[in-house]
Amino acid sequence: MSVAAQDSRAARIARVWEVLGTVLDPEVPALSVCDLGIVRDVLLPEAPPGGAPDDLLEIVLTPTYSGCPATELIEHNVLEAIAAAGLGPARARLQRAPAWTTDWISAEGRRKLRDYGIASPGAAAAGDTVPVRFIGRRAVAQERIACPRCASTETTQLSAFGSTACKSLYRCLSCQEPFEYFKPI
Amino acid sequence: MQTSIQPSRDPAAQYVLRLADTCLILGQRLGEWCGHAPILEEDLALTNTALDLIGQARALLTHAGRMGAQVLDEDQLAFLREERDYLNVTMVELPRGDFAFTVLRNAMVATFLKLVWQRLAGSADAELAAIAGKAVKEARYHQQHAGDWVVRLGAGTTESRQRMENALQQLWRYVPELLEADGVDEQASAAGLGPRWSELREPWLAEMKALFDEAGLTAPPDAAFRSTGKRGLHSEYLGHILTEMQYLQRAYPGGAW
Repeated sequence: MSVAAQDSRAARIARVWEVLGTVLDPEVPALSVCDLGIVRDVLLPEAPPGGAPDDLLEIVLTPTYSGCPATELIEHNVLEAIAAAGLGPARARLQRAPAWTTDWISAEGRRKLRDYGIASPGAAAAGDTVPVRFIGRRAVAQERIACPRCASTETTQLSAFGSTACKSLYRCLSCQEPFEYFKPI
Repeated sequence: MQTSIQPSRDPAAQYVLRLADTCLILGQRLGEWCGHAPILEEDLALTNTALDLIGQARALLTHAGRMGAQVLDEDQLAFLREERDYLNVTMVELPRGDFAFTVLRNAMVATFLKLVWQRLAGSADAELAAIAGKAVKEARYHQQHAGDWVVRLGAGTTESRQRMENALQQLWRYVPELLEADGVDEQASAAGLGPRWSELREPWLAEMKALFDEAGLTAPPDAAFRSTGKRGLHSEYLGHILTEMQYLQRAYPGGAW
């Protein structure tokens, strides 16, 4: 492949990443799909020796939750944005392994979450090996989640599940405001 | 009327369908709580749990549908099989009962599924391992939430405790089906697909004992009764769920939105 063609391939992929940075998650529209860490790769196969260059981009996406109803919409929005930017043709491929974790949310994404009023998740990686312990409501020694508005850690869980699969609901005991917490998973 | 389809009789496909249908039917049951839970937070919890289960079922059904000679998609498998071709454990098709029954069943099934997913994460089948790697995190959260309620009700008021004891009496006879193996398990184990369900018996009982100790509950003695949903022989309740679940696809074949 010529140097010029190599350059144009690299430029196209770089442009695609830029465009993906503007595609927002439909359920948490403060974050782009890149901030969320669900775009795993952008692939453009090399042309086979002597063959015509394949210009079909492949966008590798990893779903957040098994039942997340936004998965199909995200796929659609990603392809639409790429087409609108004139960078197509492209297709999306869903990749389950390795499983998505909130640890993949970027630092920039965490800052955007906080500004949007959602407390960002703590580290998830260690959680999977800790045994599940069951305790009644009164004895609950809750993890202290910092309020995204006033930063107080005097907060309490209102609901283990929230408006979307990925969040739970908390209340700040200092500023009295309710807020959402992105569950570490 | 849309014609029914026949799933693959291949033991590997049956092994996956047992899990897929267990997730699917429990998800459908939990959906019945939408708008009916005792408090809004639990309405959200039960329907969110249902959403995860349906998502897991979709992935498993899609995978199972590719294991036979004829490829079937998730919708065909979910909506166009006859009762005898569903392979969920009987426990999940029992009517939703009261809130105590619902959270105890959820705790039992989530504990079981968590143990299954942990083992399947190392399956020789890469797709099954990938599905499990995601689902195990969800099952943990379900187990935590349902288990906390078992403790709260078991160690709560006289009324809540009585309801939890009744639920335990009703559910315990359906437990052995989750913890015993048959020919499908033997083949799955030999092929490196997944564990024999009997291998989950010890860890499941240990986790449930820890939960019951915290809740002040005691497991009833084991009975001779064996439920047989995973072999396609169901209680009277599955047919009724299917009637509701399949109505749209039967009345409007191929309907999509």
